[in-house]
Formats: sequence, structure tokens, C-alpha cells
Amino acid sequence: MTSPAIEIDSLRVVRGGKEVLPGLSIGIQAGRITGLLGPSGCGKTTLMRAIVGVQIVAGGRVTVLGLPAGTRALRSRVGYVTQAPAVYDDLTVGANLRYFAKILGAASERVAAVVETVGLTGYGDKLVSQLSGGQRARVSLATALLNEPEVLVLDEPTVGLDPVLRQELWTTFHELADRGTTLLISSHVMDEAERCDELILMREGLILAHASPADVLLQANASTVEEAFLNLVGTKERAG
Amino acid sequence: MNVRMTVATGVRVLTQLRHDLRTVGLLVLVPVLLEALVKWVYSDQDRVFQRVGVPLLGIFPLTSMFLVTSITMLRERTSGTLERLLTTPIAKFDLLAGYGLAFGTVAILQGIVVSIVSFGFLGLEVEGPIAGVVALAVLNAILGTALGLLVSAFARSEFQAVQFMPAFLLPQFLLSGLLAPREQMAGALEALSNVLPMTYAYDALTRVAAGDGFGGRLALDTAVLAGTTVLSLALGAATLRRRTP
Ligand SMILES: Nc1ncnc2c1ncn2[C@@H]1O[C@H](COP(=O)(O)OP(=O)(O)OP(=O)(O)O)[C@@H](O)[C@H]1O
Ligand SMILES: [Mg+2]
Repeated sequence: MTSPAIEIDSLRVVRGGKEVLPGLSIGIQAGRITGLLGPSGCGKTTLMRAIVGVQIVAGGRVTVLGLPAGTRALRSRVGYVTQAPAVYDDLTVGANLRYFAKILGAASERVAAVVETVGLTGYGDKLVSQLSGGQRARVSLATALLNEPEVLVLDEPTVGLDPVLRQELWTTFHELADRGTTLLISSHVMDEAERCDELILMREGLILAHASPADVLLQANASTVEEAFLNLVGTKERAG
Repeated sequence: MNVRMTVATGVRVLTQLRHDLRTVGLLVLVPVLLEALVKWVYSDQDRVFQRVGVPLLGIFPLTSMFLVTSITMLRERTSGTLERLLTTPIAKFDLLAGYGLAFGTVAILQGIVVSIVSFGFLGLEVEGPIAGVVALAVLNAILGTALGLLVSAFARSEFQAVQFMPAFLLPQFLLSGLLAPREQMAGALEALSNVLPMTYAYDALTRVAAGDGFGGRLALDTAVLAGTTVLSLALGAATLRRRTP
């Protein structure tokens, strides 16, 4: 068992007058892919924002690589891909990546490398505003891969992508994890769960389960993650 | 302050502007057209045109830069790129300074063009050096950029950002001394005008026009304008929140 790269202790977040995370504690293992799954609105993005240090928190502690979340020293060591692509529409793919490379202190050769990783070779001179939604999301993903950070927080990075490209990206994620990168990847596509080393199932700001995919299935006496999720929700509701 | 990141941001913003030449065109042309309009309005009263023409060379660019930067910054916020940038190593001040650099470059173009037209074609005349007027016009445009970046921290939507222009700049315009001498205003208004940047813009340009040497009041005016620019950028960086609700 490796040590946790991200430690969250009694994290409480209130958004728009609503308690989104009522007091969440969890450790995320280093060098592994942890999948964060749960229905829309359950607090996945909120949790990720707290980990990268852009979410106002009402209480609790978030520690990343031994430092408080969002600390200056962490900002080159933690990469974040927002759920909605965060790239400049009025710049080309190449110009976007060259800018982020400068900000992240990545070598300019990395630009061509990440363009290839996300399958956008040949699109370097295209304006982002002329790309499809999925292509735009890939440019956004590419910006976070530039400086090969130790921790990657990816908010639904494979939404709307075709199976072939999704397969390729997951291969990339596994290569990164093999080299020691910690990945936290959210999704509400339950079939992606199998590709993760660890799963966190979330509902309404609470953690239903946190274990390897196989153990989650075992715990919930289920054959698919979707079924596991439904069983766990049922158990909680009977218990509560 | 990190020069590499500031310059990278400046280049990035300029590259975005290059894809939006219409905005650049408007930024450069609008002050020219307004100045020509003032000339036309006072076509029978050249004395008035000579009196207001020079201060307006600074005030028009200040206003247009204020608007365009506050909107651009707001766009950065609403598009999510600001949140993304705030998770990277770039310091907030460097980000704002990068904006200042980019729009400052546009400001130089704007200041030069409006001065060439005003002095070359509209018959505006000054006792002092024309280069001094151009420099002050550019300084005012950069001040407008810095003020725009500062107030954009308080705007949540484009509608609010646009409202900041009349709310924030029009009172300054009314009290700057251009419409009525400040000495003749009620004491409270005169005192208020003493702490408004545009007062110093008006005063500086009037003094250059009158041929005052660079020293005394003019040097003070320039220092206030430059100081307010840096202060606005620093305040803008301080009010820009890394963490949001
Ligand atoms: N900017 C905001 N202001 C106020 N409340 C918000 C804001 N963003 C999200 N919320 C609320 O916080 C809760 C959690 O939202 P969050 O974005 O974390 O969900 P999510 O699990 O990422 O959902 P999805 O799968 O749809 O992306 C939701 O109930 C939502 O209404
Ligand atoms: Mg989300």
C-alpha cells in the first residue's frame, strides 16, 4: 500500500447556501488511478476544486503531497482539467498550448508531444473556436499534460469521446500512473470504472464506497459498478 | 514578479487581439473620431477646441481602454480560463501586468494615431512638446487598462462591467476640471476631485499644452498617474480571489 498523495479530513463545503460536502474524509493513493463516480450534482467537481485550491471551504483540511491544497509550491506539481474546457477560443490549438507551456514552465517540445497524445496531430494551426466540443476538451486536457505534474485532477476528461480515443487516453493515464503520477478522474460513465485502480462512489456529498473495483463489486454483492451503486444506495437508505 | 510569465501573457492577449482586428480598429479609431467631432462641434470657437482638445487626447483613450479591459478580464473569468490559470504557478499580479503590457502596446498605437490626426489634421496646437502629449495620452490609456482590470474584479457579468464605466469614470470626468474650473466647485467636490485620477490627467495635459516645463506640478501629476496605475494593478491582484464560492 502506497502513502496517500491527497488527504482530506472532514472537508465541509457550502455552495449557494447548500451544504454540498457535509464533512468528507478520504485518502487518495499515490501513483494510482482513482475514479470518482457519482450522479450529477453529487459534488465531484466541488471536491476536485477543493483539491486544487480554488474552492472556498467552510471547514476541514485538504493536504496534497504533504502541503495545504492550493499552496504556491503545489501549483506546478498539480495539474487540473476543468469539466468545461478552459482554453482560449480565439487562439489556435498551438498558441493555447504554447502559452500554458510558458506558464507551467514546460519545454516547448512538449507542445507537439501532448498534441499527439490527445490525438490532435494536424490541428495545431486551427482556431479552438472552429473545433468540435470533444476536440476542445482534448485541447484542455493537453494543457494539463504539458509539464507532467505529479498529481493530475481530471474532471470528466473523456466525456463525448469515441471508444477508440477513450481507450488510447486510458492507456496514457495508465502509463502516467506507472511512472508514479497520481490521477483522480471523475466520470459518470460507470463503464469507465473498471479501468481505475481505485474507485470512490459518491452520492450527495457522501462516500458510499472506496476500494478497488473488484472489492466494490464484492462489498455490494454486484456484478457491475452500476448495480453496485444502486445496491449501496439501497443499503444506506435502509440503514438511515 | 516573473517577467517570463508576464510577457507570455502579454503576447497571448495580443495574439487574441490579432484575431479580433475589428476591436483593435475601434480602439484606435474611436478616439480619433471623437476628437474630430469635438473639433466640428466647436468649429466656430477654436479657443474652446484648443482648451478641451488636448485633455481629451488622454481622457478618450483612458475611457475606451477601461471598458475593453474590464470586459476582456471578465471574459477570462466566465470562460473558466481564469480559474484554470489560478491553479498554475502564475502570480495574480503577473497575469494582470501581462494584460497591462498587451493593452499598453495597443495604447501606444492609439495615442500615436490620435495625436498625429489631432496635431496634423485637426489643427490642435500646444506650447509644450507634442511628444509630451503623446506620452501622457499613452500613460492615460495604460491607467485606463489598470483601472479596468481593478473594477472587473467586482463585476459578475458583462452588464455590471459596462455599468462601471458611467459609475466610475463619468463622475471623474465631471470633476476633472474640464467642464468647470475645480476652484469654483463646492469645497467637498473640489476635495473629492483631488483624489480622482482623471483630475491629474486633465491637469497634466493642460500644463503640457500651456508649455509648462516638466517639473513641479506636472511632474507630480505624472507621478500620480503612474502611481495610480501600479496601485490599481496591485489592488486588482489583491482583490482577485483564487478561491471562489
Ligand atoms: N457555482 C455554484 N454556486 C452554487 N452552487 C453550486 C455551484 N456549482 C455547483 N453548485 C452546487 O453544488 C452541488 C455539487 O455540484 P458539483 O458541480 O460539484 O457536482 P458534480 O458532481 O460535479 O456534478 P456533474 O456530474 O453534473 O458535473 C450541486 O448541487 C450544485 O447545485
Ligand atoms: Mg462536475
